[in-house]
Amino acid sequence: MAECGASGSGSSGDSLDKSITLPPDEIFRNLENAKRFAIDIGGSLTKLAYYSTVQHKVARVRSFDYSGKDAEQDHEPPYEISVQEEVTARLHFVKFENTYIEACLDFIKDHLVNTDTKVIQATGGGAYKFKDLIEEKLRLRVDKEDVMTCLIKGCNFVLKNIPHEAFVYQKDSDPEFRFQTNHPNIFPYLLVNIGSGVSIVKVETEDRFEWVGGSSIGGGTFWGLGALLTKTKKFDELLHLASKGQHANVDMLVRDVYGGAHQTLGLSGNLIASSFGKSATADRDFSKEDMAKSLLHMISNDIGQLACLYAKLHCLDRVYFGGFFIRGHPVTMRTITYSINFFSKFDLLEMDRLERPLVNLPLLLDPSSYVPDTVDLTDDALARKYWLTCFEEALDGVVKRAVASQPGSVDAAERAEKFRQKYWSKLQTLRHQPFAYGTLTVRSLLDTREHCLNEFNFPDPYSKVKQKENGVALKCFPRVIRGLDALGWEDRQLALVKGLLAGNVFDWGAKAVSDVLESDPQFGFEEAKMKLQERPWLVDSYSKWLQRLKGPPHKCALIFADNSGIDVILGVFPFVRELLSRGTEVILACNSGPALNDVTYCESLIVAERIAAMDPVVHSALREERLLLMQTGSSSPCLDLSRLDKGLAVLVRERGADLVVIEGMGRAVHTNYHAALRCESLKLAVIKNSWLAERLGGRLFSVIFKYEVPAE
Amino acid sequence: MGTGRLGVPMERPGRASDTSASSAGEPAPEGPDGRRRELLRCRASSESEPPGGASASAECVRRSRPGSCSCAPSVSRQRVESLRKKRQLFPWFGLDIGGTLVKLVYFEPKDITAEEEEEEVESLKSIRKYLTSNVAYGSTGIRDVHLELKDLTLCGRKGNLHFIRFPTHDMPAFIQMGRDKNFSSLHTVFCATGGGAYKFEQDFLTIGDLQLCKLDELDCLVKGILYIDSVGFNGRSQCYYFENPADAEKCQKLPFDLKNPYPLLLVNIGSGVSILAVYSKDNYKRVTGTSLGGGTFFGLCCLLTGCTTFEEALEMASRGDSTKVDKLVRDIYGGDYERFGLPGWAVASSFGNMMSKEKREAVSKEDLARATLITITNNIGSIARMCALNENINQVVFVGNFLRINTIAMRLLAYALDYWSKGQLKALFSEHEGYFGAVGALLELLKIP
Repeated sequence: MAECGASGSGSSGDSLDKSITLPPDEIFRNLENAKRFAIDIGGSLTKLAYYSTVQHKVARVRSFDYSGKDAEQDHEPPYEISVQEEVTARLHFVKFENTYIEACLDFIKDHLVNTDTKVIQATGGGAYKFKDLIEEKLRLRVDKEDVMTCLIKGCNFVLKNIPHEAFVYQKDSDPEFRFQTNHPNIFPYLLVNIGSGVSIVKVETEDRFEWVGGSSIGGGTFWGLGALLTKTKKFDELLHLASKGQHANVDMLVRDVYGGAHQTLGLSGNLIASSFGKSATADRDFSKEDMAKSLLHMISNDIGQLACLYAKLHCLDRVYFGGFFIRGHPVTMRTITYSINFFSKFDLLEMDRLERPLVNLPLLLDPSSYVPDTVDLTDDALARKYWLTCFEEALDGVVKRAVASQPGSVDAAERAEKFRQKYWSKLQTLRHQPFAYGTLTVRSLLDTREHCLNEFNFPDPYSKVKQKENGVALKCFPRVIRGLDALGWEDRQLALVKGLLAGNVFDWGAKAVSDVLESDPQFGFEEAKMKLQERPWLVDSYSKWLQRLKGPPHKCALIFADNSGIDVILGVFPFVRELLSRGTEVILACNSGPALNDVTYCESLIVAERIAAMDPVVHSALREERLLLMQTGSSSPCLDLSRLDKGLAVLVRERGADLVVIEGMGRAVHTNYHAALRCESLKLAVIKNSWLAERLGGRLFSVIFKYEVPAE
Repeated sequence: MGTGRLGVPMERPGRASDTSASSAGEPAPEGPDGRRRELLRCRASSESEPPGGASASAECVRRSRPGSCSCAPSVSRQRVESLRKKRQLFPWFGLDIGGTLVKLVYFEPKDITAEEEEEEVESLKSIRKYLTSNVAYGSTGIRDVHLELKDLTLCGRKGNLHFIRFPTHDMPAFIQMGRDKNFSSLHTVFCATGGGAYKFEQDFLTIGDLQLCKLDELDCLVKGILYIDSVGFNGRSQCYYFENPADAEKCQKLPFDLKNPYPLLLVNIGSGVSILAVYSKDNYKRVTGTSLGGGTFFGLCCLLTGCTTFEEALEMASRGDSTKVDKLVRDIYGGDYERFGLPGWAVASSFGNMMSKEKREAVSKEDLARATLITITNNIGSIARMCALNENINQVVFVGNFLRINTIAMRLLAYALDYWSKGQLKALFSEHEGYFGAVGALLELLKIP
């Protein structure tokens, strides 16, 4: 008998990941420049991956040539933004039903203009069957690859590189999904690949694996038998039916056989005694939904059971399930404990993100237990509801901002609309299936939004805003520094901290704020300080920090900066300057790519250069490499300390950083609020969201000032 | 009222074993009586409780597990001796109430003396005549005449063992018949196993005025199969295997001498499937099971072909071609998939061809029945094989009513086990396929160890 989930909600999403339906021009993005093709033709679905270059708009910032001339100081804006067509590599993943293969090949042929490739890598059973067709249509030579070798390579690759690629599913636990962070040591494991049939492979090392068994009852059985039973032709429709069905109407359960007595025997009455057992004895019609659900249970249970038997036989305790049958469908996974969800997170992955190694921050106390996100929204229904609504409401603004960022573009409005639809539909999916794209967190919502923007060629909607704000803030810099220098030591320390926080108050999302900023930046900065909560703050360890400052200087501080403009220029730089004056080296880490109005590494270089021209402390520190600007490796408004640019990690270790400063809601509250470090840390943020403030027990603009010293 | 009836001790010497383990001496006539009352009280009280809190009743039943009969927690040697002398009153039944079928074994004594015949009460006689002179009962009850075990000696009595089956949904009619034929006046004990022993217990009591002695399903199964194998099949071997199972012409059913039965993997395919590893007469464990069993085959066949009986489903399957329905390795790879040593004929995806509309339109009901049979059978074979490997057992006995008149499934199991284990595993079958649970229940009644 197999355990089954009779109850359980959360699986009734009605916007399931759809199979591809033609027309294909929506699907085969960036096909013109496809450089390399790989195709996996299974028993029922074709999976196509192509490595293509993308003409991708990037906002580049370029410093004007000052040559130290003072006259240039009045030059506004402070630097140039040029939107360039950058060529980046992307891996695209497309899947479609085999029936469409000919139409798809035709489409590919017609659109494949700029390729010089002569070969297509093909795998899967169908590679043999469709070899001639592919060669004839595409005039490419088909190189057959062994399906398993490909599968294993692919699996190892994603398990190592894509966070949350693997997750644990536990029936009736809350949440039902737990996502795994990447582990360098993934071997040995059992891979259960569920295609039309099921292949079970024992993977021992990167290139040593063995096919140990399989089963003919797989996705094809669900589809084929399901089509016969329900007259429903499409795989996704079948899954949709299943999500609404009650299998107990069709299956013979233990309680049907034992009556009510199963309880006294310590049996669960919900165990299935015989799949479809009732359809044999009851003389009546069964609903399509119930039959589809029963079928799904039957097949999932069977695969799970076989996987367990194989795992036991081969003494393996880790089993990964993959294949199209899984594909982000919670109903499918109900009975399966460990699963891998192939490429469901995004339709396309960017290669460059994967090529550069991302590593742990060496200062993490326990990298294996580090979880960046403060709240798991799959866990916390209330928070989930709030944030999803929040992101929905903000969507109009983001769309407007995106259009405004490309005034010269004829199709900006159209692309922005597509962006809106895509992100909106993702949000709706998440309402019904919180775990549809991996762990759901504020970070994942933010990241997904950035990703969608990128996808529709809005690489940096805030580039102009940031440029302007940097310009005005730079102008104010000398005045702010003069003001600070006039203060006594203790007052100055508080003013510096307030400055850091003030930069955080203003968010370009708030209309009123941006108006003030544009009219009188100096006033804006001062007003921001006024707005700040009076001490004691919501979280307030400032006194401890001040006490610490009276002691010996830190050796090296690692600072993760947040916003462009006032925040980085009038908040972070004066703080950095003070640290430098104390004899502390500073590593200033900024995002590699744009996200919201966060300062990017490229922008930080220009800003630093401009400040150096005004300020001898910064100037000499830069020259002597006591102030180092680094990139984080991330393009997220949040911060994952386990996935940082390797160069940054190396430098942190070399310089022996003993203080980490993280500022901003995204980096210090939504993520890392609970992150434990091996050195002193400072987490600062202003809560600019009344719901969150309330939840934390404070009011809008409450201040978080969290200074932590690790236990000896 | 039921309590009073059952409490009459005098005519039930055979149930001396019902006494508690307290004193190993005399029969203590009120012993069984008191014991019974207590049990009944115990059950009755649990019924008034909400379902969640049926602890008293749970304990009652559990105390006797994994023993034999839930009304007989322990039996002293002396009691067994006395039992054998004063054996159980007729009629001797063993009942196995499964999810789909009820299996009933009935021992017909052939050595009845004239004196006995004289004393035999009318209802008992009528039962004997009714069961032995018919081969069908009502519209659905069937006596498997070909399975009858002749001249069997049980508890010192000589007679024939009859094997009868009827659908579980006719259980109410059966209980009604018991009432009509006034079974309760015989003060017999119904030893019953299978889930239905629990499900219908209350009906037996309230409608038929009969107290069921509920027995553990797997205990009965193991006991039954070992016993039946030991007595043979009217001089022939009970156990058999297939030689050349894949070859329609050369395939032969040959007797197998199960002289070294242990360890044994026992795969019981009823509505669902249970798999047991048996290490000795009273040492066995349930390894696993699957919900894809006979009920799944028949249920899916009903839905796919509109058939109404198991026989019809099998008959259709015998005329069908599953390769039209299933996607084979060769359909995908054009031949064998050599890298993994997968032969082209192996099924890559059960019902895989049915993803295509054209192919769905081209298959017959017979093809679908065949594919369903092949799918379920292969899956059972595969799970059985994995269990055998995990438990390090190389003889696998398949039993259960799924295999009744089901040569296709048996040959496929034989072939699949042999092929995928490279000859290491042997698939064995037994003539009395689905009746072992019922036989085990009968043995419990007679306290045959």
